[in-house]
Amino acid sequence: MTSLLTYTLKYLPSTSQWTLRFSMRPLSCSSQLRAAAAVQAKSKRTLAKPNLRNIVVVDGVRTPFLLSGTSYKDLMPHDLARAALSGLLHRTSVPKDVVDYIIFGTVIQEVKTSNVAREAALGAGFSDRTPAHTVTMACISSNQAMTTAVNLIASGQCDVVVAGGVELMSDVPIRHSRKMRKMMLDLNKAKTLGQRLSLISKFRLNFLSPELPAVAEFSTNETMGHSADRLAAAFAISRLEQDEYALRSHSLAKKAQDEGLLSDVVPFKVPGKDTVTQDNGIRPSSLEQMAKLKPAFIKPYGTVTAANSSFLTDGASAVLILAEEKALAMGYKPKAYLRDFVYVSQDPKDQLLLGPTYATPKVLEKAGLTMNDIDAFEFHEAFSGQILANLKAMDSDWFAQNYMGRKAKVGSPPLEKFNIWGGSLSLGHPFGATGCRLVMATANRLQKEGGQYGLVAACAAGGQGHAMIVEAYPK
Amino acid sequence: MVASRAVGSLSRFTASRMLRCPGYICRNFTRSSALLTRTHINYGVKGDVAVIRINSPNSKVNTLGQEVHSEFIEVMNEVWSSNQIRSAVLISSKPGCFIAGADLNMLTACTTPQEVTQISQEAQRMFEKVEKSTKPIVAAINGSCLGGGLELAISCQYRIATKDKKTVLGSPEVLLGILPGAGGTQRLPKMVGVPAAFDMMLTGRGIRADRAKKMGLVDQLVEPLGPGIKPPEERTIEYLEEVAITFAKGLADKKISPKRDKGLVEKLTSYAMSIPFVRQQIYKKVEERVRKQTKGLYPAPLKIIDVVKTGIEQGSDAGYLSESQKFGELAMTKESKALMGLYRGQTLCKKNKFGAPQKEVKQLAILGAGLMGAGIAQVSVDKGLQTILKDATLAALGRGQQQVFRGLNDKVKKKALTSFERDAFFSNLTGQLDYQGFEKADMVIEAVFEDLSLKHKVLKEVEAVIPDHCVFASNTSALPINEIAAVSKRPEKVIGMHYFSPVDKMQLLEIITTQKTSKDTTASAVEVGLKQGKVIIVVKDGPGFYTTRCLAPMMSEVIRILQEGVGPKKLDSLTTSFGFPVGAATLVDEVGVDVAKHVAENLGKVFGERFAGGSLEVLKQMIAKGFLGRKSGKGFYIYQEGVKNKNLNSDIDSILASLKMPSQPDVSSDEDIQYRLVTRFVNEAVLCLQEGVLASPTEGDIGAVFGLGFPPSLGGPFRFVDLYGAQKIVDRLRKYEAAYGKQFTPCQLLVDHASSPNKKFYQ
Repeated sequence: MTSLLTYTLKYLPSTSQWTLRFSMRPLSCSSQLRAAAAVQAKSKRTLAKPNLRNIVVVDGVRTPFLLSGTSYKDLMPHDLARAALSGLLHRTSVPKDVVDYIIFGTVIQEVKTSNVAREAALGAGFSDRTPAHTVTMACISSNQAMTTAVNLIASGQCDVVVAGGVELMSDVPIRHSRKMRKMMLDLNKAKTLGQRLSLISKFRLNFLSPELPAVAEFSTNETMGHSADRLAAAFAISRLEQDEYALRSHSLAKKAQDEGLLSDVVPFKVPGKDTVTQDNGIRPSSLEQMAKLKPAFIKPYGTVTAANSSFLTDGASAVLILAEEKALAMGYKPKAYLRDFVYVSQDPKDQLLLGPTYATPKVLEKAGLTMNDIDAFEFHEAFSGQILANLKAMDSDWFAQNYMGRKAKVGSPPLEKFNIWGGSLSLGHPFGATGCRLVMATANRLQKEGGQYGLVAACAAGGQGHAMIVEAYPK
Repeated sequence: MVASRAVGSLSRFTASRMLRCPGYICRNFTRSSALLTRTHINYGVKGDVAVIRINSPNSKVNTLGQEVHSEFIEVMNEVWSSNQIRSAVLISSKPGCFIAGADLNMLTACTTPQEVTQISQEAQRMFEKVEKSTKPIVAAINGSCLGGGLELAISCQYRIATKDKKTVLGSPEVLLGILPGAGGTQRLPKMVGVPAAFDMMLTGRGIRADRAKKMGLVDQLVEPLGPGIKPPEERTIEYLEEVAITFAKGLADKKISPKRDKGLVEKLTSYAMSIPFVRQQIYKKVEERVRKQTKGLYPAPLKIIDVVKTGIEQGSDAGYLSESQKFGELAMTKESKALMGLYRGQTLCKKNKFGAPQKEVKQLAILGAGLMGAGIAQVSVDKGLQTILKDATLAALGRGQQQVFRGLNDKVKKKALTSFERDAFFSNLTGQLDYQGFEKADMVIEAVFEDLSLKHKVLKEVEAVIPDHCVFASNTSALPINEIAAVSKRPEKVIGMHYFSPVDKMQLLEIITTQKTSKDTTASAVEVGLKQGKVIIVVKDGPGFYTTRCLAPMMSEVIRILQEGVGPKKLDSLTTSFGFPVGAATLVDEVGVDVAKHVAENLGKVFGERFAGGSLEVLKQMIAKGFLGRKSGKGFYIYQEGVKNKNLNSDIDSILASLKMPSQPDVSSDEDIQYRLVTRFVNEAVLCLQEGVLASPTEGDIGAVFGLGFPPSLGGPFRFVDLYGAQKIVDRLRKYEAAYGKQFTPCQLLVDHASSPNKKFYQ
């Protein structure tokens, strides 16, 4: 692992030109040779299925992803979602009244805008005749938004759907305690002064202690970072390995940002503030600096730290999904097909973050592809330890046989095809918006690198997971 | 032991050893080969940390016996003498057990207090060396860490425990009638403070890891891991070891301090404890409470207080000496023999000697959502058994479901369960009024009213809907199972499962087999009972089986004594001071006067004059007046919601006065009253063994103590005969026989034991 990492790190900065990099590939090493060969001989020429509509992504955008508490801190979630929608309108020039439906994913809901999709759509100037709904499925909420769109189109209900996601972690609903809420509600109903006074006399100071949104898994009461630390330990992943992976993510993201590869980012003029043009969480550091940090969850000896975890992020994303024939009729040149997808779920205690391990072989099987067919992997990076644990689990026959009911391992993705434009660790992870970023990164990478198939996978709270195959739209 | 210590001391003289003992040199060079020569304890060196692994062969648990002790000394001496090693980790390779305590056989093999004292002193010396070790030793605890195991752990410099449900720390010695004899009485108060130490040592309660961390009993917690590169249990131990090694290194490098930051409360407590007056008050308070609770029947708790006091007031040398001496004395007492016997018996009765059933019971159905039915449901759903609870009316069913929920919710309040686990367990329960789903039931337990025709009715109804393999179990306290089975199409599948109320608290399950009950049916019932966490005795069918049959003659005598003019309060105090947890009159109220009458009537018919004594009329008149005991609010006492002190029900006086019997002064002293009750109980128990209702004295003792509250300090009726002397009991029975008649006639087996003193129920 370590050697692979350093290899990629060394390799990338030296080849700034992508064209140059491709020409060098066959020469550089044998493993690359095999990978290059695989590009030419796929298990399947396309994943198009007879009697099924082809569904395409025309394009997608996202607001810059910012650390919580920075420039977006005074906004409301629908403001961010609105920015993503406006950006999409601008990027694709899609006529507003053509859009049949709008779906957004979000996790921590702002109570005032519980259907944030509708509020954002109205605010972004979409037709008030376009219905919108909001879905939630933890970190794969916008994946769910996209697959819902796919289903609507595939079943012939819609032709043009906007799917997206939004999360604003700068502000979360902090509630009065249940006791206080109960008293306030009872006060509302109280009719006489006597009743009111008797209710007020029951007031105790501890009623005022606020109720924070739980960062812990409801079923197990364990925070996700804690679970990630245990997962890393279960797979015997060292602190150094985790720090190295985090450093890789930040370095790759920095490079992608510098080279302008993160083309899905649209600038956002924040009211009363400067225009935000790029992600602000990308901070390549050094292993020495990272080693100084104390464990954030399992103290004092755990391995998960602030530096090797994804950070609290504000951001929104949106993609335009169409039936292929409709897209072509409208004169679009789509970027990619959305193909087979799966949702999985497993033990929320000990396998909370292993969704990608379970979802990857399943989606490959469903599509009739193998690991070698995939040219671009985009996995959601919740924690370094989680990614490395998933890679190890996918590479373990023992795990596949004993926990997944499979005959053999699916194999772990080659790192040179894996999250090479950075990931959630460095770009940030606004829970509800990450899914669309993963799909757009895959589509853009396939376009850029000339690959055909991409695989998106993510884990989510509740012990769930998702994977989807993205196929490049032929040029 | 001595030999091994000699070897240990040899190891310090490196030069001479090289000459004398070539075999030993090899050890130093290739440690791994040395590992293979020991059976219980091995060690390997990782960097500069010795990892000492305890793993006794052919056993699920590690215990501290002679061999372990000498091997431990051997290993420690090597660790201490090696220049390469700077610290050590002590860990068990067994999942779920660090060290479960001292080897009881080692103690019971001793015949004099001096021998036991010597064992204690050897352990004390060893643990003192561990405590004073200049190379830090980290105890890595996964699973039970009890008794001697805890004493070893607290003599180490640092403790790391897994936050697993199986990880329990405790000093249960008091439950065996002894005390922590390897320095525990001296170290524990220093570590967790005197009050907490008293609580641990006097109650013997097990402490879960998170609580232990808060108390300062362990320094770090390690979370159990899920599946990864290896099975969870295996990897968790490995991870615990890895973490322990980093701490051992940190301690050796002085980067980590073994001293713990104390909280404000702790600081205040320890300050208060430094004032002699406060200490004296605490000793006094604790002693008072112990005396009140044990009624002077158990010597161990008082000695524990005494030893702790000696250590604090007169210094640790005096403390250690007193500890080892008192340990020796206690190990020789009847009480500790009785309690150890019970402990062994309990272990035996937690095994399924009938083997695994052909088909595992997954779907259970319970008929009747009353107190018993709902209780059985509660102990089933939280073990993952799918359970149908059926009753005839929605109101009765609702009450039963609420009982199950409350039982689970109480555990949430005590933090033994999370609310989520409660909900998940509760969803294993299906409440219904019909027989839907019974076609998938693997076992049906009926807990309907004790009425033979009703039981016949449900048996027929159930047999019409259940599959062929399904077991039909009857929860009855007195109706013979073969009479219930008489209407069955498949009597080999019918069995008795007699639970005790309250089901979630009482550990005993009495399983009753008829001559027709198949072995597989029995295996199935035992398997379910074990899953429900019960201690199980399997007895033959007969009126009253074993437990009810033993209780009935004693109850008959209770009524007689009341009729003779002894008040219920006096009777209660006589029985509790003999060691019964519940007074005899209170017991009648708890069981229910109607149930008592029902049983007395039924068994009286069968056993005739042997069950004579009190007059049934007393119970009948009580029932006529509605005094059914606790459930009706009035029995011998008056029960009111929220009122703790119960008052006598004065209306009983007139009943008892009208049915007064003459008391015979020469057999009515306090002691005689106690023995009249106990000897009748014991006599009937021995008769059950004689008649083959019981398979073994062990089951008889376990049944009596865990089901009926027979004084644990006596160890059960059979242990009591062994320790008290069969002759003395027969003498008493003869005396009472002369006064009252045949109900006191000693049974043949008891007479046999009396006539040949070598005969013992426990050899």
